[in-house]
Amino acid sequence: MLTSMQRYLYHHRTKWVGFAFILPWILSALWFDLIPFVTNLYLSFTDYSVSTSTPDWLGIRNYREILELDPLFTKSLGNTVYYLVLGVPIRLLAAFAIAVLLNLRIHALGTFRTIFYIPSVVPLVAVSIIFFGMFNARYGIFNQLLILLDLPPVRWLTRPEWIKPAMVIMSTWGFGAQMVIFLAGLQGIPSELYEAAEMDGGSYWHQLFRITIPMLSPVIFFNLIIGVIGGFQVFASAYVLLGPGGGPLNAGLFYVLHIYNNAFSYFRLGYAAALSVVLFLIILFFTVIMVRTSDRWVYYGDA
Amino acid sequence: MVEGLYARVAKWTFVYPLLLVGSTVMLFPLAWTFSTSLKTAQTVTLREVKLIPDPVQWANYITIFEESPLLLYTQNTMYMVVTSVIGGVVICALAGYAFARIGFPAREVLFYVLLSTMMLPHVVQIIPLFVIFDQLGLVGTFWPLIIPRLLGHNAFYIFLMRQFFRGIPLELSDAARMDGCTELGIWARIIMPNSKPVLAAVGIFSIQFAWNDFLSPLIYLGPKKELWTLALGLNAQKGFEGEITSLHKMMVISVYMIIPMLLVFAFGQKYMIEGVTFSGMKG
Repeated sequence: MLTSMQRYLYHHRTKWVGFAFILPWILSALWFDLIPFVTNLYLSFTDYSVSTSTPDWLGIRNYREILELDPLFTKSLGNTVYYLVLGVPIRLLAAFAIAVLLNLRIHALGTFRTIFYIPSVVPLVAVSIIFFGMFNARYGIFNQLLILLDLPPVRWLTRPEWIKPAMVIMSTWGFGAQMVIFLAGLQGIPSELYEAAEMDGGSYWHQLFRITIPMLSPVIFFNLIIGVIGGFQVFASAYVLLGPGGGPLNAGLFYVLHIYNNAFSYFRLGYAAALSVVLFLIILFFTVIMVRTSDRWVYYGDA
Repeated sequence: MVEGLYARVAKWTFVYPLLLVGSTVMLFPLAWTFSTSLKTAQTVTLREVKLIPDPVQWANYITIFEESPLLLYTQNTMYMVVTSVIGGVVICALAGYAFARIGFPAREVLFYVLLSTMMLPHVVQIIPLFVIFDQLGLVGTFWPLIIPRLLGHNAFYIFLMRQFFRGIPLELSDAARMDGCTELGIWARIIMPNSKPVLAAVGIFSIQFAWNDFLSPLIYLGPKKELWTLALGLNAQKGFEGEITSLHKMMVISVYMIIPMLLVFAFGQKYMIEGVTFSGMKG
């Protein structure tokens, strides 16, 4: 064994070999993070298109177009926010409710946890294809079930007002990952807290609102922000379910679909870059909130 | 702790029924998918609720290989999976080890760079990366998908590795160091063998990510059908033959795409759940 002095000397000696270990990462951070980030900013001030060999500098014209002339910017941002405001809380609530039920010292906990987690391992494209079939207005199982219950069928994917609820239903199916996180958080709450409450004669609901939710609120908040950040970037599920246009009247045209269409359908890469910078700023705002409050949500129990 | 009568009654009247209903709802889409995959072009458009189709057409699982180049798509997807796993489990583990255990100049600064790239949304990289790869003439090849993976371009994996490696007792590596082991030797002989949980978690995440990835293959491989991955192939099946009469084929491919992920889950559930929990609680 080394003495503590030897160990100190060893660990505080400059070792260039460390760079060799992180060299691939440095290259990738440079080529796939830093340079693209700067390039993206530059492109956003140009009219770059694949066909034009030299991009022209436009100044802030792309940004003015976004804010003043692009009806689909407002539309797609509105769609995305609608989807988030409806979908993220529902998903978290479902995850939280099931986690609380599973935490009641029940039998077959592992089996239930597995069942609720399984949808989260289904590939996203497969999820969209499955729901595409289930949402079909004429033959889809959802409408057949509605008819069976004497309820009017719904044109899930062809009526603008139903597209976003359909997306929310589909994404809620995959709440398992958050549920697992909540469950671990619940199991990390010291049981002494509950025992003390029981001594004082606190009811279950009292314990839920006075102990469980406050103790778990940092984890809930963190997952809320992560959900919002992820929701702003929804792409594959909408693309597969609705197509790049986002369905009738662009009701399912989410922000990244709008970026994708501008970049790869209309080849307005400069404009699409500007759109992505706007989204970056929105996401940055939420990231800053997350980091600023992180000392409050970091969970110190054993994961 | 002894459970009160009230609690026991509540459990059997509310909790278990609720969980059973919930489980049914969760599993229903999968049951429906499997059921639909066994239907015929005729029965797939029958307006009925029937989970066991009549007739049961198992042949769908064989004829699909004649109708869709599934084997080719699988092979292409495997390139993504293998490079992802190598990048994740080897390259990220090397970087994670350096951040955890080797003192080198500017380590703290670089670690902050790592953390900030972790928060950088992918959306600001899509267009410039496409432009860069386009300039290099690599659009329509696997390279734009493979190179980032092989270089371990995943800050989150590196972060996961670092956190785990920091928990391995220093005495173990000291002993190896006494025997004249190099840093690479310590990494290979001490760190890696003692890091099964994190390696498994990162390995599984890499497999899942590569298997499911849609946007990047769509951008780089879009017009090149011979390079398509399963995700692209499945999406295209939706476009073929109008729509709904080929629903059973869409479901056959879905099942085909889901089963490997279920197997990965079955074998790695413990590590996966640990990894997911870690990511959701500590960022």
